[in-house]
Amino acid sequence: MSEPLAPLAEGMVGRLGDLTSVLRAQGTRVGVGELLTAVRCLDRVDCTVRDEVRLALRTVLCSQHVDLERFDLAFRAVFGDGQVPGAEPSLSDLGVIEKAVLPSLAMPDPARPAAPDDAEMLPAAWSDVELLLEKDFARYTEAEMVLARDLIARLARRHPTRLSRRTRPSRRRGHIPDLRQTVHASLRTAGEPLHRRWRSPTQRPRQLVLVCDVSGSMAPYARMLLQYMHACVAARRRVEAFAFGTRLTRITQELAGRDHDRALDRAAAVVTDFSGGTRIGAAIAELNRVHGRRVGRGSVVVILSDGWDRGEPEQLDVEMARLRRAAYRVVWLNPLAAHPDYQPLARGMQAAVPHTDRLLPGNSLASLEQLAAILEEI
Amino acid sequence: MTLAELESVGAASDALAGQGYLADRQLAMAVHLAVVLGQPLLLEGEAGVGKTEVARALSVAIGAKLIRLQCHEGIDLHHAVYDWDYARQLLALRAAEGGVDEGQLFARRFLLRRPLLEALESDPSQPVVLLIDEIDRADDEFEAFLLEFLSDFAVTIPELGTITARRRPIVLLTSNRTRELHDALKRRCLYHWIDYPTPERERAIVHARLPEVPEAVALRVVEAVSRLRDQGDLYKLPGVGETIVWAQALLALGDEATLDETLGVALKVHEDVLRVRERGVLDGV
Repeated sequence: MSEPLAPLAEGMVGRLGDLTSVLRAQGTRVGVGELLTAVRCLDRVDCTVRDEVRLALRTVLCSQHVDLERFDLAFRAVFGDGQVPGAEPSLSDLGVIEKAVLPSLAMPDPARPAAPDDAEMLPAAWSDVELLLEKDFARYTEAEMVLARDLIARLARRHPTRLSRRTRPSRRRGHIPDLRQTVHASLRTAGEPLHRRWRSPTQRPRQLVLVCDVSGSMAPYARMLLQYMHACVAARRRVEAFAFGTRLTRITQELAGRDHDRALDRAAAVVTDFSGGTRIGAAIAELNRVHGRRVGRGSVVVILSDGWDRGEPEQLDVEMARLRRAAYRVVWLNPLAAHPDYQPLARGMQAAVPHTDRLLPGNSLASLEQLAAILEEI
Repeated sequence: MTLAELESVGAASDALAGQGYLADRQLAMAVHLAVVLGQPLLLEGEAGVGKTEVARALSVAIGAKLIRLQCHEGIDLHHAVYDWDYARQLLALRAAEGGVDEGQLFARRFLLRRPLLEALESDPSQPVVLLIDEIDRADDEFEAFLLEFLSDFAVTIPELGTITARRRPIVLLTSNRTRELHDALKRRCLYHWIDYPTPERERAIVHARLPEVPEAVALRVVEAVSRLRDQGDLYKLPGVGETIVWAQALLALGDEATLDETLGVALKVHEDVLRVRERGVLDGV
């Protein structure tokens, strides 16, 4: 692609620059490569027709479905009818409640030792973490949340696997002959295939779908569970994260990235129903329909919720049945289940339990550890 | 029509329409740009909106050879680019009683060409449309390989050296969005999202694909399908493919056929069928 760029009107290049900077400000990734392609494509279309230019640039500058809407907005802002979209995105008019729920920064208590971050841990630090293991998330202090981070990150790296259709050379005699290596080996023995070689299937990470309830009743736990979800998304590929109260929001992209606090801030900004009511059935219905392909066959779905549902239990029943048929395993983490006398009496739980493979408590690091162990074995 | 005549958006649209594919303006623009800029085009959209069909129509329209690589889980170089014919190699070794050196063993005659290599080595006098179908089913490693392939249009076979395209193929990729593709791959491509067509366009599509269908049947089927798509809570919405089969079914059954009897053509999930019947969605169509 080394053909020289056609001379384009000076003003046009400037406005293209404006367009890309508006796009970038909205979160679309536009690189120099796309910009060059855009200039080249303007050379090939009729620049006097506004719509022609719009469609051409849209094809070049967008790379995913969400970009399309942003593009139209940006295009109108730069080339359009003089309508400049409001400087503030609509996110700003969300309430302050969701921001209050998540800590933007946790200050460690100066009286306590800082989180141990190397292998050589002091006995005192050890016992701190040990104590944390069984402690209920609802009673965590800010400092303890920071302390738990390392352990959560370690737990998040334990994930479900499945056999892949890819193979790799194997020492053991297997059932997939490796003809390529056998032919190579036979060259040593004058073309006689004396040494047979074998291949065996590899392990791949199994798709993991985490669905967290962020309604009012879950508020004490949501912070820590979201922390676990962020750690999972950051640790590896093939993880999808969703949050729901009255409606479902996909937060995988918001949680991506190493920076813990910023990830949770981004997630809080898109989830509009923090600490509100719960309609689990409707949320699972949306998961089945809108994100059905992402959940896909063979994925492990982990639902983190206390089962207090204000929706219709019939809907939850039907949707959970559907989810279980589509997914490989469904695990339900309920913080209330930690209580020894716990019975799934909440209407939502009653409807959901028959359709889950495992019901675990989800109230402490120890229970997350239990989850990690189960994920590894299924 | 030849490749050189695909010089405007209108021409691209006409070329596809000539093959019974009625593209909207945005899609025609995307195809036009993919051809004139020589960049791969990534098509996304719901199942059954005609993503794969674009490649078929385009290749016939410009008289190009269509080479299709169907991606699947675990696809690797040996499925996509080349493999050696090991059975014949072993036979040759035996026949030569050890008098074969490696150069002869890894000669062209033992090379099995898979779709991507075929696209690179095909006759330069005829354009090639390379369709990489359902790329989201392949894994990240294969995506990384494609990235390299799509920027250089060259592959290296250790025993033979580097093979470069004699003529760049027109590349179309399709994805069902079972997972997000890697940003780097997307950035190499032009992008277009194929939506469900409007009822008018869908009717035109039915007529274009099935000229023998009377207007009344087309109207009925398109109305029924658009009502089904308006139901917010179905698990699986019918695509254009289903519309066409439905029209075919009604045509084959004649006048006495009802939409309700043939609902299984459009809806493939038991709960969806029950829901639609219960609500009487198709009443009066």
